[in-house]
Amino acid sequence: MAFVTEEFKAKAEKLCAKYPRRDAALIPLLQELQKESGYVAEEAMDELARFLGLPYSRVKAVVTFYTMFNREPAGKYHLQVCRNISCHMAGAPGLLALLREKLGIAEGETTKDGQFTLSAVECLGACGAAPVMQVNEEYFERLDEAKLDALLEDLRHGRLRARGL
Amino acid sequence: MENILLRDKVAELEGYFAAGGYRALKKALAMPPAAVIEEVKKSGLRGRGGAGFPAGLKWSFIPKDAPGPRYLVCNADEGEPGTFKDRELILKNPHALIEGMAIAGHAIGAASGYIYIRGEFVAETIKLEKTIAAARAKGFLGRNILGTGTDFELHVHRGAGAYICGEETALLESLEGFKGQPRLKPPFPAVKGLFASPTVINNVETLAAVPAIIERGGDWYAAIGSGKSTGTKLFCVSGPVNEPGVYELPLGVTFKELLEKSCGGLKEGKRLKAVIPGGSSTPVLTAEEAWLVKLDYESLAAAGSMLGSGAVIVIDDGQCMVKLLQVLARFYHHESCGQCTPCREGCGWLEKLLNKLESGRGTKKDIDTIVSVAENMMGRTICPLADAMAMPAISFVKKFRSEFEAHAAGHCCPPEAPVKH
Repeated sequence: MAFVTEEFKAKAEKLCAKYPRRDAALIPLLQELQKESGYVAEEAMDELARFLGLPYSRVKAVVTFYTMFNREPAGKYHLQVCRNISCHMAGAPGLLALLREKLGIAEGETTKDGQFTLSAVECLGACGAAPVMQVNEEYFERLDEAKLDALLEDLRHGRLRARGL
Repeated sequence: MENILLRDKVAELEGYFAAGGYRALKKALAMPPAAVIEEVKKSGLRGRGGAGFPAGLKWSFIPKDAPGPRYLVCNADEGEPGTFKDRELILKNPHALIEGMAIAGHAIGAASGYIYIRGEFVAETIKLEKTIAAARAKGFLGRNILGTGTDFELHVHRGAGAYICGEETALLESLEGFKGQPRLKPPFPAVKGLFASPTVINNVETLAAVPAIIERGGDWYAAIGSGKSTGTKLFCVSGPVNEPGVYELPLGVTFKELLEKSCGGLKEGKRLKAVIPGGSSTPVLTAEEAWLVKLDYESLAAAGSMLGSGAVIVIDDGQCMVKLLQVLARFYHHESCGQCTPCREGCGWLEKLLNKLESGRGTKKDIDTIVSVAENMMGRTICPLADAMAMPAISFVKKFRSEFEAHAAGHCCPPEAPVKH
């Protein structure tokens, strides 16, 4: 058990205790696994299924249904550009084009150095501050090219600043 | 008028307490549950997530003699494009939600509750967890609340990225650790909801309004607003306006007032073309239809649209309606859970037809096919996601047909300009 370690099991018991049925903790447990390894590996799904006493198909169905689960390792920084209606009107397509150009990758790809993954995502729920991009767990709002350059420069130096550019 | 929900200096317990916080909970715990429900019924408070169902009535559907546990669930899976109010409310006034939930728990006899928050809202999740810990430390949550013998445990559950989980039965499936696919109703959640027990599901904004209603009375709340649309509403304004953001205003405010008084009008050089008044699922209004419309449940229904979540998306004449509908169709196609054929296939067909029109390969017949596909999706699925795609599709084509025809004649939008501010 490379993923469901003793340490993980201790955390898992606490999460399971929040629900009257242990399997209700499936999504929080997958989030915990992803937090540790950056993605949810096939083996991790298998181990988690055995830990919860669930069929593997149930775990796989959940992992593939929800967009926030990565099934392969993502870059150190996962740039997720909202492209829904309000962000679209505020210039999201231009923002995506700039990122493709600056990073040399298309949506769904990771840079060769493993630093950046680029994704186009649907509404992030921050439409009043469009255009918006989420980097890992942080939101960056009211973006334009100058702010984007400053952010990429920061990330290249390993600095992911807190919310509110 | 003063804000009920979006207030300053109440984000932490000390400030909330200084502003009279948790007095309503004390008052409610001294009332019989039926009296609490009666007060909420009297207030006329309606669901703020989109459907507008009367909150007190929803609570009263919980069977009084049902054995076993009951649950209260807060829907904080804010995902309707254009909507960003619950996030703001959680950051600015989270104790109002916690207090509202404790009161609602008492009213329906639930000893546990869950807040289902969308997975992307990490900062908001942390804020809620800290708020719950602070409330629990003061005895407002947990076992034997304020020595009254009432228990109410509250947990935060993060989603994992699925718009459909904002639909209440999909949310319950997700909360139980399954794919978020909506359930057939009946049975309704009030009878058989979370873990097959009687359950009430309310939006963040609905629950956060409850403490003020209990403290000041249902009649006081009912006097705010317009007719059957009582109270204040959080309006989320996005698009080319000078001050986009969340504004709390009495229901029945006109679009014109919201735009000019709260949002500082349109950005310089922009002209209003259209307004989506209640989130991306609601039918679009033309500038003329929108200008003087009152933003409340009845007035927007009379105007052929819906109040929805209060997400007002402002569209200027520089935008192409075909492109915007294509953006929405891509979204709904992506978010359809795949369970019902009319939705799964219909959303996909609409996206394909719009891609065709946008790329200059479309014909006039494709425009009619869009309407026909959309009409065949309406009301034929388990949940309203298909309607949420069909309503904008039909209204966009009906009200802006000339733009669709121009695309069919080969006049497509110019390539998108890079982002500038």
